Amino acid sequence: MIKLLKNNLGKYKWLGLLAIVFISIQAISELLLPSKMQEIIEKGITPGDVGMIISTGIDMLIISAVISLCAVCASLLISITSSGVASNVRRAIFVKVTNSSNNQIGKFGTASLITRTTNDVSQIQQLVVQSRFLFFTPIMGIGAIIMAVIKAKELSWIIAIVGVFLAITVVIIISFATPLFKLQQLKLDKLNLVLRESLTGVRVIRAFNRTKQDQKVFEDANLDLTQTSLKVARIMAVMMPVVMIIMNFTTILIYWVGSNYINDSIISMGQMVAFIQYVMHVMISLMFFSMILTFIPRATVSAERINGVLDSTNEIVDNGSQDSEKLLSGIEFKNVTFRFQGAEQPVLKNISFKANPGETTAIIGSTGSGKTTLIDLIPRFHDIESGEILIDGQNINDISIKDLRAKIGLVPQSAVLFSGTVAENIKYGKEDATQEEIEQAAKTSMAYDFIMRKPGGFSETISQGGSNLSGGQKQRLSIARALVRKPEVYIFDDSFSALDFKTDAKLRAALKSEITDAVMLIVAQRVSTIMNAEQIIVLSDGEIAGIGKHKDLYEHCEVYKEIVLSQHSEEEIA
Amino acid sequence: MTNQSNRPNQPPRRGPMGGHGPGGHMMQGGEKAKNFSVTIKRLLAYLKAVKIALLLVLAATIVSTIFSTVSPKILANAANSIQTTIMQRSIYEEIEKNLGSVPTNITGEQIYSMLPESITSGLAENMKEALFKVDFSKGKPGMDFDYIGGILLLCLALYAFSGIFGFVQSFVMAKIAQKTVYNMRNDVDVKLNRLPMKYFDTYTHGEILSRVTNDIDNVSNTLQQSLTQVISAVVTIISVTIMMLSISLILTLITICTLPLIIIITMFVAKRSKKQFKANQQELGNISGHVEEMYTGHKIISAYSHENISIEAFDDINVKLYNAGWKSQFISGLIMPLTNFLNNLGYLLICAVGGVLAINAKIGLGDIIAFTQYSRQFTQPIVQIANIINVLQSTAASAERVFEILDETEEVSDSKNSIELTNPHGAVSFEHVKFGYSDDKILIKDLNVEVKPGQTVAIVGPTGAGKTTLVNLLMRFYELIGGNIKIDGVNITDITRSDLRSLFGMVLQDTWLFNGTIHDNIGYGKDGSTQEQIISASKTSYVDRFVRTLSEGYDTVINEEASNLSQGQKQLLTIARAVLADPAILILDEATSSVDTRTEVLIQKAMNKLMVGRTSFVIAHRLSTIRNADLILVMNHGDIIEHGTHTSLMEQNGFYADLYNSQFAGKSDNIA
Repeated sequence: MIKLLKNNLGKYKWLGLLAIVFISIQAISELLLPSKMQEIIEKGITPGDVGMIISTGIDMLIISAVISLCAVCASLLISITSSGVASNVRRAIFVKVTNSSNNQIGKFGTASLITRTTNDVSQIQQLVVQSRFLFFTPIMGIGAIIMAVIKAKELSWIIAIVGVFLAITVVIIISFATPLFKLQQLKLDKLNLVLRESLTGVRVIRAFNRTKQDQKVFEDANLDLTQTSLKVARIMAVMMPVVMIIMNFTTILIYWVGSNYINDSIISMGQMVAFIQYVMHVMISLMFFSMILTFIPRATVSAERINGVLDSTNEIVDNGSQDSEKLLSGIEFKNVTFRFQGAEQPVLKNISFKANPGETTAIIGSTGSGKTTLIDLIPRFHDIESGEILIDGQNINDISIKDLRAKIGLVPQSAVLFSGTVAENIKYGKEDATQEEIEQAAKTSMAYDFIMRKPGGFSETISQGGSNLSGGQKQRLSIARALVRKPEVYIFDDSFSALDFKTDAKLRAALKSEITDAVMLIVAQRVSTIMNAEQIIVLSDGEIAGIGKHKDLYEHCEVYKEIVLSQHSEEEIA
Repeated sequence: MTNQSNRPNQPPRRGPMGGHGPGGHMMQGGEKAKNFSVTIKRLLAYLKAVKIALLLVLAATIVSTIFSTVSPKILANAANSIQTTIMQRSIYEEIEKNLGSVPTNITGEQIYSMLPESITSGLAENMKEALFKVDFSKGKPGMDFDYIGGILLLCLALYAFSGIFGFVQSFVMAKIAQKTVYNMRNDVDVKLNRLPMKYFDTYTHGEILSRVTNDIDNVSNTLQQSLTQVISAVVTIISVTIMMLSISLILTLITICTLPLIIIITMFVAKRSKKQFKANQQELGNISGHVEEMYTGHKIISAYSHENISIEAFDDINVKLYNAGWKSQFISGLIMPLTNFLNNLGYLLICAVGGVLAINAKIGLGDIIAFTQYSRQFTQPIVQIANIINVLQSTAASAERVFEILDETEEVSDSKNSIELTNPHGAVSFEHVKFGYSDDKILIKDLNVEVKPGQTVAIVGPTGAGKTTLVNLLMRFYELIGGNIKIDGVNITDITRSDLRSLFGMVLQDTWLFNGTIHDNIGYGKDGSTQEQIISASKTSYVDRFVRTLSEGYDTVINEEASNLSQGQKQLLTIARAVLADPAILILDEATSSVDTRTEVLIQKAMNKLMVGRTSFVIAHRLSTIRNADLILVMNHGDIIEHGTHTSLMEQNGFYADLYNSQFAGKSDNIA
């Protein structure tokens, strides 16, 4: 955590230090007040000197003003520092994630990365805010001890006894409470899980008449959580009264011992009163400090999670320096083998093929056969283990990633759209696309008609994640986005799955006539989608089981035949 | 502080980074209940069940508070006594110095008249009074330890009792709060089970989850802390005021004078901070939204090299968030130092004015000390109440969201004189069925279909045509707007929902499995099924073979995302579940887009076996299924636009023929 703060304090370091200075002045000034009170008692009230009372009162007024002024300044500086640090950390994570490889993202999971960028950063921010007390309470506590001893060293043994006693109590309570806090969170997660399950499965639960049993599971989890929460609440119920009793008893003890000492003229009344106030400060500081300490474990967990992201390394190194060629000579895989980091088996083994411009190369195979992985190698989402991938005759590692990706129009499996207008989403493929280009792309992707049916047409707003569009509409827009780019290589990763057969057929026909000189790579599940491709690659367990045209493969490739038969009955083929 | 430390790891409210911005609960004023008083009343009604315990809490709080507020005043007597003795001593020494020796049989007044002018003129009123009280028969005045000891013991007892009652109060309140919340959660769960499916379409899971956990949690914390805080704050204010008045009217007035200032400042700051907090929440929402969108679209961003653009957009929001963040943090942080200053102002006024009063023997020194404590105890609950009002606002908003669920209209209840189908044949008829998910958007206008027992009905149509609508109607997840659906001639509304649903077996594309063993997941189909039955169902549905390859076999626990099974295996499990349930009518979804081919063959075989002798509704994707179906229902835009057999529909040359031709025809010949 310290490392994280150190790296991200930046220019806020000096503000933070200044805040600590103000905090220290505030603490020290506050310690002067009881001492002034003593002066009033000893030099004002006892001898009956009104002038003295008033002048000391003015001193106290000035001190209070200084205290508040310092507190305000410290508050301002801490606010700026905490927001600043949070903003720095947040940016560092975002930049890191944005420039990470798919692999890195997959390792953490998108949902986890989102919480790390938002919630975990908030935790760090909270810690910086709380750190004000982290500095204030020890200064205050230690200062109060020193002052108390100076005021009445004869009474200082009381501090030692009570301090130890209070510390032990607080430690015991916190050591009981902390594991319970964790347990409570676990039980809450469990309850959440149970409820989430019954929400996602509501149809099945009702269809199978399991409502009663399901309710029982929930009740159990609920009871479990309630019992743990009750324990936590009860420990807290003990804590406050116990601490109060210790503090009040201490006061009484000081009164008793003090009155004896006064009687023997060892200390004065003013000393005793000041001593009581300082001891109260010591105890309150100790309590606050231990409570602040409970924040630290939480923040540490967050800091570790954030560091996990910041420290992860991107295995894709971009050191391509050659100018990219514009030969349009297609893509070639030469004996490519790839495995995921630490995996025992390679996902792809000895893949070799050539995809020519103006032709369609289709990839088919069962789930887990490595289709998506194969096409992900082309834009270098992963780096291969051995072999070579050539684009326009150049090794893809020799050109910069930016140049490489500029050649590719990717349409991923799940159509991702961004909030903004329809036109903006299509323009994502080519920033300077003209309205005509956008419309042309929309027409080819069979999106034009439904766009025009929208009240806003191309300026219709798409909500986050494209939730106001159907699956098929999203897919067509993400195809339009690739089309407007006019890339050398099109990659369609199962991009027609949400389309009905009719639209699918129409779209492919339009693509065929529109794209004449680019490489078309299509990953598909449906045989009917790819039957007419110039080249079909059949993947099975990461190896090529066959390459060829539909007819040849159906006759000679066992795996392919199996796939065809699973989708079409024997009779319809015959 | 306790408020914070008591709720660690609190899950975020509504989405990442939700409501707990900097400052936590303190000045959070964004959320407001629509109808505050009604909601609070309703919340209190929940507490009626624990009325006696609540009275106990009330009593304990009052006693505890009174005991702790009385103590300083009593303790003041000890201080007064000590101070008096000190003064008596100093004057006694003075007399001794002047007169050489002090007579024992004399009163303070007599001594006073004997003293020379030089001493008496400088003697303050309090000194004079102290002198008059000296008992000269005892010689040099000493501490009255009996008196002091008695007072200290009394205070000791008061503090101890106050502590014990305080403990009783929080202890009982913990039970009350947890019990109430427990009941509330159960109520919501029971309610959710009675809500129509429509409800789950309108609210996202996240929204419902957040209500059951975060909102209820919020209510629980308020019950646990704020309620007793309000009581003790009110009691404190009253008893402290009485105590202060009993010591000194002037000092009480001084203390009360600072109050309006504190209130004005708190309100002033609160108003500003509310605005800043809103801005902060807004920016937090924006940044979460952006982050979520960009992370989800990461693949596209890198494929299209949009990294820098995405970072620029992030920076824009991040700077705005930074500005809103420190401003809201700072403004809400102003309250503490400002009220503290006013507190200190009051404190030193008390010291000064009290000092003068003490010199004039109007009050004792102990009274001043007690008074400084009271003045703090007086302002503290007022600031506290101001905070609690804010907390109550957000609690009411939370409670309201929970009550909203409880107030939703439930499913139409089962018919009172329901009919039980003892030996179902599986004949299904739709008679003039009219349906729409909302009244103003009718999807199915007038559907009439007759399905004989054992027939296979294929439902076809483009994606999004509403094929699951039919399933929803059959299972009575939704109510019809007009017409009837009958099974074996009995209207489904005359059958209890549980009886009706037990007639059906469902295998859907969305394979829902729960976090439990494979054994339990299959057994879900039929309560109390034996190991043999489960294994036999597994064998029929080709589950047995792959389960046995798992190291734990049937005891393998399916994890949260069921990521330890492939999609196809999951589908097979749901088939096994249906096999075990042995229903009269089947509902199958053939969509297999993400299943590998070999498993696909198994699924198909298992489904075919399952369909034998049962009426089956199949959301069909396979040509063979469609062609062999006894009845085809063609759907588009939510409505059934055509129905008939394959041949009759082809002859119609309508939508089906068109669909069929675009999908399969023209290719059938060149497939081989």
